[in-house]
Amino acid sequence: MSQALLLQGVLALPLLAAVLIVISGRSPNVREGVTLISAAGLFALVISLAPPVVDGARPALTLAEPFPGLPLVLELEPLGLLFALVASFLWIITSIYSIGYMRAHHEAHQTRFYACFAVALSAAMGVAFAGNMLTLFVAYEVLTLSTYPLVTHAGSDEAKRAGRVYLGLLMSTSMGFLLLAMVWTWSISGTLDFNPGGILRGKAGNTVLSILFVLYVFGIGKAALMPFHRWLPAAMVAPTPVSALLHAVAVVKAGVFTILKVCVYVFGLETVTTLAATQWLLYLAGATIVLASLVAMTKDNLKARLAYSTISQLSYVILGALLATQTAVIGSAMHIAMHAFGKITLFFCAGAVLVATHKTEVSDMRGLGRRMPITMAAFFIGSLSIIGLPPMGGTWSKWFLVLGTLEAQQMLLLGVLMLSSLLNIAYLLPVPVRGFFSKPKDELADGVKEAPLPCLIAIVITALGCMALFIYPEPLYRLSNLILSA
Amino acid sequence: MIRQHLPALQVILPLLAAPTCLLLRRAGLAWLFATVVGFATFAIAILLLRQVLSQGDIAYAMGGWSAPWGIQYYVDPVSALVLLIVSGISAVVLPYAARSVAQEIPSERRCVFYTLFLLCLAGMLGIAITGDAFNLFVFLEISSLSSYALISMGQDRRALTSSYQYLIMGTIGATFILIGVGLLYVMTGTLNMQDLAQRLPAVATTRTIHTAFAFLVVGLSLKLALFPLHLWLPNAYTFAPSVVTTFLAATATKVALYALLRFVFTIFGAEYAFNTMPLGPTLLLLALLGLFVASAVAIFQENIKRILAYSSVAQIGYMILGISFATVTGVSAGILHLFNHALMKGALFMAVGAIFLRTGSMQLQHLAGIGRRMPWTMAAVVIGGLSLIGVPLTVGFISKWYLIQAALERGWWPVAVLVLIGSLLALVYVWRILEAAYFDAPAKPDAHIKEAPLSLLIPTWALVLANIYFGIDTSLTVGVARQAAGLLLGVQP
Repeated sequence: MSQALLLQGVLALPLLAAVLIVISGRSPNVREGVTLISAAGLFALVISLAPPVVDGARPALTLAEPFPGLPLVLELEPLGLLFALVASFLWIITSIYSIGYMRAHHEAHQTRFYACFAVALSAAMGVAFAGNMLTLFVAYEVLTLSTYPLVTHAGSDEAKRAGRVYLGLLMSTSMGFLLLAMVWTWSISGTLDFNPGGILRGKAGNTVLSILFVLYVFGIGKAALMPFHRWLPAAMVAPTPVSALLHAVAVVKAGVFTILKVCVYVFGLETVTTLAATQWLLYLAGATIVLASLVAMTKDNLKARLAYSTISQLSYVILGALLATQTAVIGSAMHIAMHAFGKITLFFCAGAVLVATHKTEVSDMRGLGRRMPITMAAFFIGSLSIIGLPPMGGTWSKWFLVLGTLEAQQMLLLGVLMLSSLLNIAYLLPVPVRGFFSKPKDELADGVKEAPLPCLIAIVITALGCMALFIYPEPLYRLSNLILSA
Repeated sequence: MIRQHLPALQVILPLLAAPTCLLLRRAGLAWLFATVVGFATFAIAILLLRQVLSQGDIAYAMGGWSAPWGIQYYVDPVSALVLLIVSGISAVVLPYAARSVAQEIPSERRCVFYTLFLLCLAGMLGIAITGDAFNLFVFLEISSLSSYALISMGQDRRALTSSYQYLIMGTIGATFILIGVGLLYVMTGTLNMQDLAQRLPAVATTRTIHTAFAFLVVGLSLKLALFPLHLWLPNAYTFAPSVVTTFLAATATKVALYALLRFVFTIFGAEYAFNTMPLGPTLLLLALLGLFVASAVAIFQENIKRILAYSSVAQIGYMILGISFATVTGVSAGILHLFNHALMKGALFMAVGAIFLRTGSMQLQHLAGIGRRMPWTMAAVVIGGLSLIGVPLTVGFISKWYLIQAALERGWWPVAVLVLIGSLLALVYVWRILEAAYFDAPAKPDAHIKEAPLSLLIPTWALVLANIYFGIDTSLTVGVARQAAGLLLGVQP
C-alpha cells in the first residue's frame, strides 16, 4: 500500500473503531477489545510511516477541495509524525488503563466514552498529519467537539458548567482569532500550505504580521497560554483517562504542536525573530510558566494541581517555538513527547488513587505510599521527569530549551526556566514524599490496596517510558532535528 | 420538444397542480399528487441548471409573444440556483408533510393545505424565473397570499394574529414594490427587466427613479425580513404548522432576497445602486445591527421555533452583509449563504417539527431528556446547529469563510471581527437548545416519547447530509455563486 493511502488509514482507523464500538456497545468485552486492537493497529500504522519520513519522503494526499486552490490535504512530516507517535502509543496504554478505571469506578455511558475517545484520536491524527492550515483547523475543531461529550461525561450541573467554559473558550478563540488569522493569511499570501521557510515572509509589513502572529498564538486556545487557559482546569471534571490522554497529551499537545507549526512553517523562524510582537509573547509565555506553577502550589485537589502544572509546561513548548532558534525548536518538539509521558503517568496515578481510595485532595494522601507503593513510586518518577531531573526523559527537552534561551540571549527567560523547575519541585514532590514518609490519617481504611491490575500495568509502562526516554532520546532527537533540516 | 419548454413547465406544473389537489378531495391522494409534482419541479430545476451551466442563459418567450411585448422567462445561474433550492426544499418537505400535516391540520383542510402549498411553490418559482418586473410582483403576491393562508392553519390560535400581522406588513411591502414598478414603467415604458436595464441610465438622475428605487428596496426588505422590518417573521415562523415553517424559512426570504438582487443589480445596476444611491452603507449598517440584535434576542427565547426564527433574521443579516460589499467575493458570499442557510434552517426546522410531533411542545423546558429519547432527531439538530455556528465540514463554515474574505478584501477588518462575534452568539443560542436536550432530566418520565417516524427522519437527514456534503464539496455552490455574482456585477469572474 502506498504511503499516501496509509495516511488516510491513520485517520480512518479510529473512526472505524468508533463505529464498531457503538455497534458492540452491548458487550463490554468486545467493545474494549475493539478499542485495544484499533489502538495497537493505529500505532503500528504510524510506526510504518516513520522510515520514509526519515529518508526524506513527504507523501501527501488530497482529500477534498472545499475552496478553489485550497484543498483538505494530508502530508507526512517529521513534527507531525512525532506527535502522532506519542499520541497513538499512549492511546494503547490509556485504553488498558481505562478498562481498569471505568469498570472499577462504575462509570455510566461507557460506550459513548470509548466512541468519543476514538473520534478524538482520529482528530488528533488529523492535526498531526494536516498538510495545510485549513486541514489543521478542521481537525482542531473536530477535536474540540469530540472531546466535549467526554468533558461533560458525568452529566451533572458541574460538568455542564465546565463544558460551557471548555467549549466557550476553545471555540471563541479558534473562531474569533484563528479563523480570522487564517483567512487573513490566505488573502495576503494566497496559500495556507506549510512551507519550511514560511509563507508570509515579505508579504506584509512588520505591524500586520505582528498582529497576525498574536491572532495565531491566542487563537490556538488549546495551547492554554494565559489568559485563555481557564478551559483546562475546567476540563478536569472529566473521567481521569480523559484528563490523562486528552488533557495532558492529545488536545493540549495539538495546541502547542499547532503553534510550533505556525512558527516554523507559516511564519518561518527567521520572520518570527524579527516580529515586534515576539518579545511580548515570550514574556507572556514566561509569565504563564511561573504564574501557573504558583497557582498549582495553592491547589489541594490533585487533578487541579496537575492541570495548572500542564498549563505551565505547555508554555515551555510555546517559549521554545517563540525563541525560534534551532536548539529551542528541537527542545520544544522533544518536550511535547517528554512532558506527555511524565504527565500521563501523574494523571494515571491520580486516577488510581481515586479508584482505590476515593480521595482527590493532596492533603488526604499522606501515608498512601505504604498502601499503594507502585502508584506512589510511579508518581515520583513522573514528577522527576516533569521537573527535568535525570534519569528521566524530561531532562533532555529542558536542556535544549535552556540552551535555546542562551543562544537567543534571553537571560530573563533562562531565569524563568530555572525558577520554574524549583517551583515544580515544590508542588510535585510533596505528594510522593508525604505519601511515603508521613503518617497516614486515621480514616485511611485497612482495606485500601493498589488500583486494579490494568491501571497498574499502564502506570508502570508510562513510568518506565520516562526512564527509557532518558536513556534513548536518540530517535526523538533525530525526528526533531529533521524538522529544520527539511 | 419538452426540453425547450422547461422554463414554462417549471412554473406551470405546480400552478396547475394546485387546483387539481383541491379536486382530489382525499388528503392522501392530494399529498401523493403534490409530492410527485414537487419531485417533478425539482427534476426540472436540475435540468435547467445543467442547461444554463453548459449552454448559457435561457430566454423563453411565454406563449410565443417575444419580449418586450410578451412576458419573458429568463434563466441565468442566479435564478437557476434559486429555482434549485426552492424546488429542492419542496421535494424534501413534501414527503415529510404526510405525517406532520396529518397531526397538525384537521382532515377537512388538508386538501386545501396542499393546494396552497403548491400555489406558494409556484409563486416562488415564478419570482425566480421571470424576466418581467410586473410579472415578478404577480408571483410575489401569489406566494404571499398563499403563505398567509398557510400560516393561519397553525394549531395555536395565535397563528391567526401572526398571519394577520404578516398580511399587513407583507401587503405594505407588496404595495411599495408595485409603486416602484409603476414608477419605473412610467419613466421607461417597459416592464421587461433587460429592457429596463437598458433604458434606465437615460433617466437615472430623475427624482422619480430615485423614488422608485427607494420604494423597491424598502418593499423587498420588508418581504425578506431585513432588520428592522422583520417584525412579522418571528411570530409567523413560531405559530405556523411545522411543514410551513420549514418551507417558508428555507425559501420565502431567500426568494425575496433574490428579487432584491435582480432589481438592484440587473435592473438598476451596481453603479447606480452603490455609487449614486447610498445602498452600500445602509445595507451594511442594517445587516450588522440585525446580526447582533436578532442573535441577542434569540439567546433569550424560551421557544425553540422562536430561537430559530430570530436566528433567521440574524442570518439574513449575513446575506445582506455580503451583498452590501458590492464585490464579486461579497455578493457570491451572500448568494452562497442564501443557498447554505436554506439547507441549515430546513434541516433544523424539520428536526424541531419532529420533536413537536412527539412531544407536542416547543418550549425549551419540555425538551429535557429528548437527547436520550430521540437520538437521531437530536443528532440532526446538533449537526444543523453546528452548521449554523459555522463549524468546519458544514456549509456554514464555507459561508463564513467567504464573508470574512470579502470583508478583508475591502480592508474592513472590523466587519470581519463582527461576523465572527456573531457566530459566537449563534454558539450560545444553539448550545442552549443542546444543553436542554442532553443535560436536563425530564420533569416527569414520559416513556411514550419515542424516536420520530422514518417518514420524518429520512427527509430531515437528507438535508443534514446536504449540509455536510456541500460543506466539503463546494464545486457546485461556490462555482455557481461566483458565476452569478460576476454576472450581477457585470464583471467576468
